[in-house]
Amino acid sequence: MITRENILETKGIGKYFTDPVKIKVLDEISFEVHRGEFLTLVGKSGCGKSTLLYILSTMDRNYEGELQIDGEILTRKSVDRLAAVRNEKIGFVFQFHYLLPEFSCLKNVMIPAMKLGKYSRKEIEARAYQKLEMLGIQDQALKQASKLSGGQQQRVAIARALINDPLIIMGDEPTGNLDSKNAGIVFDIFKELSTVHNQTIIAVTHDNDFARQSDRTIEMLDGKIVSHGR
Amino acid sequence: MKRPHQHKVNSEIALTHLFTRKRQIIMAAMGVTVGVGIFIFMNSLMKGFDRYSTESLFKTVPHLRIYREDAMSAPIAQGDGDSTHAAVILNPKITNRSKKIINPDEIMAQVKSLPYVTAVTPDVAVNVFYNNGQAQVPGRVSGVDIREEDAMFNLTASMLEGNIKEIETRQDGIALGEGIVKKLNVRLGDNITVSSAVGVSKTLKVIGIFKTGITSIDKTKSYVNIAMAQQLIRQGPSYITDIFVNVTDANKAKTYIDEIKATTDYDVEDWETANSSAMAANRIRRVMAFSISMSILLVAGFGIYNILNMTIMQKMNDIAILKAMGFSGWDVTKIFMMQALLIGMIGVMLGWGLGILIVTLLAKVYVGGDIGYFPIRFEPYYFGMATLFGLIVTSLAGFLPARKAAKVDPVEIFRK
Repeated sequence: MITRENILETKGIGKYFTDPVKIKVLDEISFEVHRGEFLTLVGKSGCGKSTLLYILSTMDRNYEGELQIDGEILTRKSVDRLAAVRNEKIGFVFQFHYLLPEFSCLKNVMIPAMKLGKYSRKEIEARAYQKLEMLGIQDQALKQASKLSGGQQQRVAIARALINDPLIIMGDEPTGNLDSKNAGIVFDIFKELSTVHNQTIIAVTHDNDFARQSDRTIEMLDGKIVSHGR
Repeated sequence: MKRPHQHKVNSEIALTHLFTRKRQIIMAAMGVTVGVGIFIFMNSLMKGFDRYSTESLFKTVPHLRIYREDAMSAPIAQGDGDSTHAAVILNPKITNRSKKIINPDEIMAQVKSLPYVTAVTPDVAVNVFYNNGQAQVPGRVSGVDIREEDAMFNLTASMLEGNIKEIETRQDGIALGEGIVKKLNVRLGDNITVSSAVGVSKTLKVIGIFKTGITSIDKTKSYVNIAMAQQLIRQGPSYITDIFVNVTDANKAKTYIDEIKATTDYDVEDWETANSSAMAANRIRRVMAFSISMSILLVAGFGIYNILNMTIMQKMNDIAILKAMGFSGWDVTKIFMMQALLIGMIGVMLGWGLGILIVTLLAKVYVGGDIGYFPIRFEPYYFGMATLFGLIVTSLAGFLPARKAAKVDPVEIFRK
C-alpha cells in the first residue's frame, strides 16, 4: 500500500463509569486506522473494547480525549451532526442483527440510503439489490426480515451497513451470535470487502480465528491498549 | 452535505408501524371516535336547546325594552359624614312618579331611525283579573299596536283560533292565552270581564286564542287594542309604559343600550339581562356539555398515550438501530408523532360519522310537549371544534411518548 491515509484517529481517549462507583474503563487510548485496513479489537470481556467501539461510532459522546474521522474532529459535536456523520460515513454490524422486523429485507437495506437522500428511490432499490446479491441473499429480498435465519439476517445487516458506501464498517462481535459455518461466511465477506473493495473495517471480537486473519489486531486489557499489533 | 433526494422515510416507517398493529390502532382510534362523536352530539344538542329557548323567548320578549324604572325616595338631606350635619332619615319607598313615557311617538321615531333597529312597538302593560261568572284569573293585558307587534313577535303564527289583527279594528276585542281560556271555560266569540287594579272594568269579546308554548305566558297574557289598555288604567292616548325594540342581531342587543339611552333618557334593558336566570341555566348546560365531552376526549388521549408508550417500550431496539444508522432524535419524534396524529385523524373522521349518525337519529326522535322533535341539527362549528380538540389531545398524547423515544440512548440499549 502506497498511501497510508488516516481515516480514523483517536488521541488520549479516556472514559469513566460512575455507576455504582467511579471506575476508569478506558485510559489513554490513542491509535490510527488507515484506509482499507481490516482492524480487530480483542481482549477479555470487560476490557473496554465494546465501550471503545461505541465511542468510535460517535454514539457515545461522553469521553475524554479526541476522536477524528475523515479529518473532522467529532468530539463535542452536536447529536444531530453526529447522527448525520453516522448515516453517511459509518456502517454498523451488531452481534444481534437488529433488523427492523416489520420491514422486508430490501427495505431494511434501503432505509439508511433513504435517510441519506443521495440517490433517487429507484437507484437506491437497485443498489440495495446489488448489495444483497453481493452477499448472496438477493432471493430473500422481499421476505420479511424476521422470517430469515440468523446467518441470513446478519448478511442483510451487512448489506444495510454497506448501502451508503461508508468510510468505515464497524462490527460489534459480528460473528458472536452465529454458528461456525455462518461465522465463516460472514468472516469471508469481511475479508473480501477489505481486500477486494478496500473497505475499512473495525471489528470487536473475541473470536481468535477471526482476529488472526485480519490485517491488524489491537489487544486491550483493563482499559488500556497492550498491543498495537504492529 | 447536499441531499438531492428527499425521501419520506420517517412517514414510511410510521405507516409500517401502524399497519402491523392494526387492532391496537383501531382501538385507540375508537376512543377518539367516541370522544369526537359525543362532543359533536352533546354540544349540538345544547346549541339546539339554546336556540329553541331563545326562539321561544323572542315570541314575547323584545331584544330591548325602553321603560321608566321605579325610583326610590331619597332622604331630604344627605349627611356629609362629619358630626355637625346629621342625615334626615326616611324610610325609602317607591315614589309615585308616573311610569309614563313622555312623548313616545318622537322617541319611537328616533329609535326607529337607528340603522340596526328593525322594529319598534309601544306597549301598555296592565295587571288585571279576567272574570267569567265566578271564575277569576289574574293576568296581564298588553295594549299594543298589533301590526308592529305582529311584525316583532309573529303572533299570527301562535294563533290557535281567530285573527289577532282584529284587535286593530275592534276596541272591545281581546286575544287570550290558551291557559286563560281553559280556566275561564270560554270560546271564541264569548264575552269576558276584565278588571284592573285602578277599578276599571270592561266587558271584552274573545276574538282570538293563542299558544306560545311557554306555559307561564299562555296562562296570564292577553292582547288588546292600545286604547283599551289605556282606558283600563284611566290614562289618555299618549300614555305608554314600554317601548319594545328589535335589532338586526339579538346577540349584539347589549352593545346598543348606551346609544339608545343617550337619545331617550329612559331606562333600557336588553333581553339577556331581563332573562338572566334563563341565560345562566343555558350557560351551566353548555359548560356541562363541554366538560363532559372534553373529558371523554381526554380519556381517548390517555388511550393513545398508553398505546404509543407500549409501542415505544417494545421498539427500543428499533429506535436504537435507527439512531445508530443516523436518524436524529427529531426524526424519531416525527415517526411517533405521525402515528399519534394518524390515529387521531382516523378517530376524528370516524367521530364525524358517529356525530352525524347521532344527530340524524335524534332529530327524528319525538320528545313531545312544546318542543316536539329534539331541537338538534348539524352545527358545523362543533364539528370544527371537535376536530380541533381531538387533534390537540392526540398530539399531546403522542408528543410525550415520542419525546421519550427521541431521548433513547442507543449505547444503553446495545450494551444490554
